[in-house]
Amino acid sequence: MSIEVKDERVRKVPLLSKLLSRPELGAIAGTVLVFVFFGITAGSSGLFSAKGILNFLEVSAQLGILATAVSLLMIAGEFDLSVGSMIGFAGVIIAIPPIMWGWPVWASILLSFAVCAAVGYFNGVMVVRTGLPSFIVTLGSLFMLRGLTLGVTRGITGRTQASGLHEYSDKDWITPIFAGQLFKTPVQWLSDIGLIEKRADGLPSISGIPVSIIWWIGLTIFCTWLLTRTRFGNWIFAAGGEANAARNMGVPVARTKIWLFVFTALAAALFATIQVLVTGSADTLRGNQKEFEAIIAVVIGGTLLTGGYGSAIGAMFGALIFGVVQMGIFYTGIDTDWFKLFMGATMVIAVLFNSYVRSRAMRNR
Amino acid sequence: MMGQPLVELKSVSKYFGSVIALKDVSFDVKTGEVHCLLGDNGAGKSTLIKTLAGAYVPDDGHILVGGQETRFTSPKDTLDKGIATVYQDLALVPLMSVARNFFLGREPLKKVGFINQFDVEFANQTAFQQLSDMGIQLRDPEQPVGTLSGGERQCLAIARAIYFGAKVLILDEPTSALGVHQASIVLKLIVQSKARGIGVIFISHNVHHAYVVGDRFTLLKRGRSVGTYAKDNITRDQLLNLMAGGKELVDLEQEMAKLKPRQAQ
Repeated sequence: MSIEVKDERVRKVPLLSKLLSRPELGAIAGTVLVFVFFGITAGSSGLFSAKGILNFLEVSAQLGILATAVSLLMIAGEFDLSVGSMIGFAGVIIAIPPIMWGWPVWASILLSFAVCAAVGYFNGVMVVRTGLPSFIVTLGSLFMLRGLTLGVTRGITGRTQASGLHEYSDKDWITPIFAGQLFKTPVQWLSDIGLIEKRADGLPSISGIPVSIIWWIGLTIFCTWLLTRTRFGNWIFAAGGEANAARNMGVPVARTKIWLFVFTALAAALFATIQVLVTGSADTLRGNQKEFEAIIAVVIGGTLLTGGYGSAIGAMFGALIFGVVQMGIFYTGIDTDWFKLFMGATMVIAVLFNSYVRSRAMRNR
Repeated sequence: MMGQPLVELKSVSKYFGSVIALKDVSFDVKTGEVHCLLGDNGAGKSTLIKTLAGAYVPDDGHILVGGQETRFTSPKDTLDKGIATVYQDLALVPLMSVARNFFLGREPLKKVGFINQFDVEFANQTAFQQLSDMGIQLRDPEQPVGTLSGGERQCLAIARAIYFGAKVLILDEPTSALGVHQASIVLKLIVQSKARGIGVIFISHNVHHAYVVGDRFTLLKRGRSVGTYAKDNITRDQLLNLMAGGKELVDLEQEMAKLKPRQAQ
């Protein structure tokens, strides 16, 4: 026995409105827009030379590593404002032990990841157990971590920086994993056939692709897979979309959120590791405001501030826009003071666009 | 087959401090039967459902599942015994797709290499198939639940419970928030569940909806059972009168009649 309840009001959904319901659409459209804009205004300035491209990709990659992790957390309906401080904190933990006490660099990196994971776990447990908004809990962590970083660094080194790490890290086996360059041979070959310009001394203008870009892409693929193709991904969406319903269906909402806080903290540690190994120094002020930049990238990427909806690919494009605009403004010769104005405005426009698109997509169905 | 009840409450009582929420209530549902639980607000319907669903432990009386005396330790335990409750909030996530909601918390897995992946294709196909078997034609299993109508959402929640092996379905006011057309879709689904041999407990305060699908009717009033009637022994009007409505409505009508002339002046 089957009852046919055909809805006579069903019509073919146009492809466009199907596309419009994807969260990352706004960010992709924005990326195209930004590329066109700087293609016109900065086309001849070297922004789109091999070196220029790597410059903005490196900026995007570092932010993107953070943003993909933050996007998962935000889809689960939580914030982590402490990631910026966490970067400074992790950096100091990586740099001080080798410089002051002769630790091998790999060991201090391991320590930094472990400590960050513990702080992330603490953030998560606090949020889940107390029921306080994660905004408040991690705002507390933001200040506590920054204060701790400053106090500890000055207490041990007498200064607020720790430099000269290259001396120790350059011979460590772990360095190429976080700060190396890949594809040196193909780059050389591309340069030989004239696709990558050469410097005056005959060497290619770039020597390889920074590993951070690979980390960024890899992490985005991993997070996208996690979100769309695993049980845990389903729980992330459900935890942010309707925590109560999820709990009633047996989803371990608390555990899901705690794991994501740990994951975000680990992403901050990865960011710090790359930064410290590339620059060879740590500074207590590192990572300042990165928490907001990550949120901007995630929001431009179409993730809802209230949770339950979003994508890691969107966050990747959000970070790409961020990098292109930052470098593009630099290359066009516009005073870089204007950068933050531009990013803030971009975010607000992106949010307006996304919410418009979403309400349209929901209506069209 | 109308022998052994699937689940049975025997003179169950439940108190909250000095409040008597349920007193000496007996209730049961058999295979392939729709047993309607009727009553006004505050009659004790919710307490009875929550006792059946394992959320409350009764202070007095017995619970029998398949003739065996049982104690529900938690809602999860009750679910494992084949008794599924569809609450009014439906436990659905509006922003997630129909298929993802269908399998929420019980995601199908597929081994890819050495990793267990969420089997999206299976989830989409199964959700689509199950719902279309129930007469709900989806446009797309990936459409968000937020785009479904109220009746469709109700059906999704019911279909999900059936798919995951419910032998007894407890439906808490499934038609109360729905329009006429939407309600009829849900009522058809209830009849279908019954045809599949599922025992349905249908909680409602709408006698019209209940009378269409019900086989037996139990009336609750202020925590006590007024009686259980088979459909053959009671007419819709008698049922209506038995429900809080009957006498009170007549009284109300008379009061209104007195008020009217004064308003007209």
